[in-house]
Amino acid sequence: MSASQVDEAREAGSTAEAEPLLRVRGLSKHFPVRSGLRGRHLVRAVDGLDFDVRPGQTLGLVGESGCGKTTTGRMLVRLLEPTSGSIEFDGRDITHAGRRELRPLRQDLQIIFQDPYASLNPRHTVGRIIAMPLQVNGIKPPGGVKARVRELLETVGLNPEHYNRYPHEFSGGQRQRIGIARALALRPKLVVADEPVSALDVSIQAQVINLLRDLQRDLGLAFVFIAHDLAVVRHFCQRVAVMYLGKVVEIGDRADIYERPQHPYTRALLSAIPDVTKLGPAGRIRLAGDVPTPLDPPSGCRFRTRCWKARDICATEEPALVPRDGGRQATACHFPESGPVGAETGGPVDVTVEEVSK
Amino acid sequence: MSLSPVEGVALAEIESGGDAGAPERRDVLGRSPGQLAWRRLRADRTAMVSGVMLIVFLVLALAAPLIEMAYGIGPREQFQNLLDGFGMPLGYAGGVTGEHWFGLEPGLGRDIFIRLIYGLRTSLFIAFAAAVITATIGVVLGTLAGYLGGWLDAVINWITDLTLAMPFLVIALALTPTLVLRFYGEREQVSSAFGVGVLIGVFAIFGWTSTARLVRGQVIALREREFVEAARASGAGLGHMLFRQLLPNIWAPILVSFSLAVPQFITSEAALSFIGVGLSDETPSFGRMIYRSLDYLQTDPAYVFFPGITIFALVFAFNLFGDALRDALDPKSSR
Amino acid sequence: MDRPESAPSGQPGDRPSVPEQRANGDPYLRVRDLRVRFDTTDGVVRAVDGVSFAVERGRTLGIVGESGSGKSVTSLAVLGLHDARRATITGEIFLGGRQLVGLPEEEVRQLRGRDMAMIFQDPLSALHPYYTVGKQIAEAYRVHHPRAGKREARQRAVDMLGRVGIPQPARRFDQHPHEFSGGMRQRAMIAMALVNDPDLLIADEPTTALDVTVQAQILDLLADLQAEFHSAIIMITHDLGVVSQVADDVLVMYGGRAVEHGSVEQVLRRPQHPYTWGLLSSVPSLHGDADADLVPIRGNPPSLINLPSGCAFHPRCRYADRNGDRSRTEVPALSPTGEAGHLVACHLAAEERVRLYREEIAHVGVAR
Repeated sequence: MSASQVDEAREAGSTAEAEPLLRVRGLSKHFPVRSGLRGRHLVRAVDGLDFDVRPGQTLGLVGESGCGKTTTGRMLVRLLEPTSGSIEFDGRDITHAGRRELRPLRQDLQIIFQDPYASLNPRHTVGRIIAMPLQVNGIKPPGGVKARVRELLETVGLNPEHYNRYPHEFSGGQRQRIGIARALALRPKLVVADEPVSALDVSIQAQVINLLRDLQRDLGLAFVFIAHDLAVVRHFCQRVAVMYLGKVVEIGDRADIYERPQHPYTRALLSAIPDVTKLGPAGRIRLAGDVPTPLDPPSGCRFRTRCWKARDICATEEPALVPRDGGRQATACHFPESGPVGAETGGPVDVTVEEVSK
Repeated sequence: MSLSPVEGVALAEIESGGDAGAPERRDVLGRSPGQLAWRRLRADRTAMVSGVMLIVFLVLALAAPLIEMAYGIGPREQFQNLLDGFGMPLGYAGGVTGEHWFGLEPGLGRDIFIRLIYGLRTSLFIAFAAAVITATIGVVLGTLAGYLGGWLDAVINWITDLTLAMPFLVIALALTPTLVLRFYGEREQVSSAFGVGVLIGVFAIFGWTSTARLVRGQVIALREREFVEAARASGAGLGHMLFRQLLPNIWAPILVSFSLAVPQFITSEAALSFIGVGLSDETPSFGRMIYRSLDYLQTDPAYVFFPGITIFALVFAFNLFGDALRDALDPKSSR
Repeated sequence: MDRPESAPSGQPGDRPSVPEQRANGDPYLRVRDLRVRFDTTDGVVRAVDGVSFAVERGRTLGIVGESGSGKSVTSLAVLGLHDARRATITGEIFLGGRQLVGLPEEEVRQLRGRDMAMIFQDPLSALHPYYTVGKQIAEAYRVHHPRAGKREARQRAVDMLGRVGIPQPARRFDQHPHEFSGGMRQRAMIAMALVNDPDLLIADEPTTALDVTVQAQILDLLADLQAEFHSAIIMITHDLGVVSQVADDVLVMYGGRAVEHGSVEQVLRRPQHPYTWGLLSSVPSLHGDADADLVPIRGNPPSLINLPSGCAFHPRCRYADRNGDRSRTEVPALSPTGEAGHLVACHLAAEERVRLYREEIAHVGVAR
């Protein structure tokens, strides 16, 4: 609801912008888990997400393990059934659509996976893997399936003569390109990319990011780009949502998130990234402890146990994701920061919060 | 008697890789996992020796009538004139001559060689048929249980446990005579086909559980793999998921379990025939031959030797080949 | 081999301990011309092909490389963890003056844990799931202190758990690995590695499986512990950011060989090998123009079984054809650049490398 305010405010500001391609409201996923003797528990893996993705836009979903970003991605392509909330794609509600209802939309909505080894069927040739979405949907492209596969291989920078080879004959980066070609086979409008480069070698990561950028530009694709690495996201996404324990804590345009982050967690995340340009111990903000388990999230603000600005209100009242500074950026924090990273207020520079983490 | 569909498909897959295309085309063609396994199998001497032995056995069994024609003696012909007064074959080593290569049976005076050839045919037919049926049942139930899960999985697991809890020998001992009585009455001669059918049926009822469990486990492991999710995200239906995505990845363990099930059924058939619930004396089979020969263990050891050594060689070759196949298909498990 | 000595000592010291160490004589670990070869059915794999380096007490060597560069194989060779039936190891590994190559397995086992210890990438698989964390640490202590009683070992383990920043160590002692979070597990691994006060600590991608905020904690912890225990650390990683934070010296590996070696300042600020340039310019950064394309290294990392001839990097190198056929036919030797302690294996002339870096590379990506 609050992020929708952001986007509505934005729409009011620039009426020329298109209708969102993807509109997510209150999206939640709760997994039942048996824990010890206490019986069944609910893990609130994703808890009330709101965001929009416009045609041709790239949204980055960033966060650490357990923040629910992968679960969100799987719900968007309906590999997981949402517990509540709604997903609207191209004006249609697909939250609980069945396989047959989804069929016409499948072509517009595709996914790229993280693991380039597990995501390709080892018993199929590359040609068969890439043609799978066409075959499953009974689509016969003009010029034939083989021509389309060759074209796709060329698009992702692979030798079109290799359609008869098997996945094990390719390196990790090449396999990821095959996965991308498969996602493009149906000419989708939106691609969910689930950590598409985190399993790749550094020199290959850059190749794949550049490829995705080219595809986004040339084909006008919209992306939901899921990653744990803020530096990678910066090079790919126009809009960024930072997630923590199943909730969006901050959402905004790239410049806002990277230059004027308001949520302490965003600032800590940015500060923790090792910087090659600085030698020696870097980063000013040290968060104490690990991410708490989603089985038993802290009351109030979920970040408060690791936050150096936490006060009593943080434990009792959950901060809403409210737009600030003209509406393009929204932060869920009682005590938002301002200014560039490194100018944190209300706390010492080298922060350790051992006592709160208990 | 035909090869099982399972093995047939896999062999076709392997063979298509073996000689596909000219060498210069191979570069672009790429090597499939099946081709790689075939190469490893080719490099394994144990696999090759046992494989050749199996092919010889198969050819002998398939060509039994032709061998009968060439050999000039049928499996039921009796040569009483070559037996002495006590019914023992004349001559050395159980009556081995240029005419009767493995000698003659004491008592009835039938030719051991041609009975072995026909016994091989019976045993292999029963074993292959039982293996095909159990593999089919196991694959179908295992795949459904593993992929669909939920209540179906629970029911299939329950049936599997129930089947495993039933005592195989006791039921085989009780069931076979009852069925014979039911269909033939007290005195009628039981036909060969009926005895063979009952044996295959008994094996089919009890033999599918291990394959079902194996396949279920494999499918559960594969179900979470991202390539399966990719197919689901593209809107693939159940048929595509099972036959295009999952089954091609579990051929290897199915094939191995198949090749290890065949020798098991060969020995089981012999054992059941031995204790008298399997085939009648009319049908040539290893079990009956060994059973009859035991009476002559001291007086005519050659009668025990020939069927004994044949069944040993057959089962040994099958097991060696099965193990080699497993190593070739999954090189990680052995090293 | 007439490979130049690659001990990083003697460079313009950025730490006061260097001259002092030199006065003491040899560095704690000295590896010279290490080769590790595996004979497989597909052919001979030269996983490490003539690598030399040295680490002094109190200093950290970062070994950087992509998958298949031989960086992990190198560390396992130092620890003597390769299966002697499969791997052939030649060269010299001197640990505190003792040659480890060719030493009987039993003697290497004695050294492992006491003089050198390892931290793995995945602590969950490195810890035994059925024993409590404390018991495993105490056991590791008693292996090398056979006369220590149960109570003494327990006290030592609790102390170590507390030292690595695990709250309530006495209570945590009796918990199993699955009850620890990822970061806590890695801390427990570090406690186990340090329980016998080893002089050499090898950390193989210790933070790759962790979240960034936790990674920062662990790197800080390692730095603190090093200051306290004065141990030598080898940090194996693919992440140049991690190297820039913790390393004193850097060894860049490619295709089983060392391509650049020097102080962190030299390798990251004045790199001279095109591969190092490529790594630096392909790292996505938090600064600079986010809309500019990254500059990746073209092609794919080589397979060790079929390494390119000559300079293994030549198929991916933008400057490979500046030397005629040399890059394809001749393996470049790791030779001094003119700056003390800085070694590079490249056919380009030293002046050309400096010029190329200044003119073409330094302003791209993060390498500015």
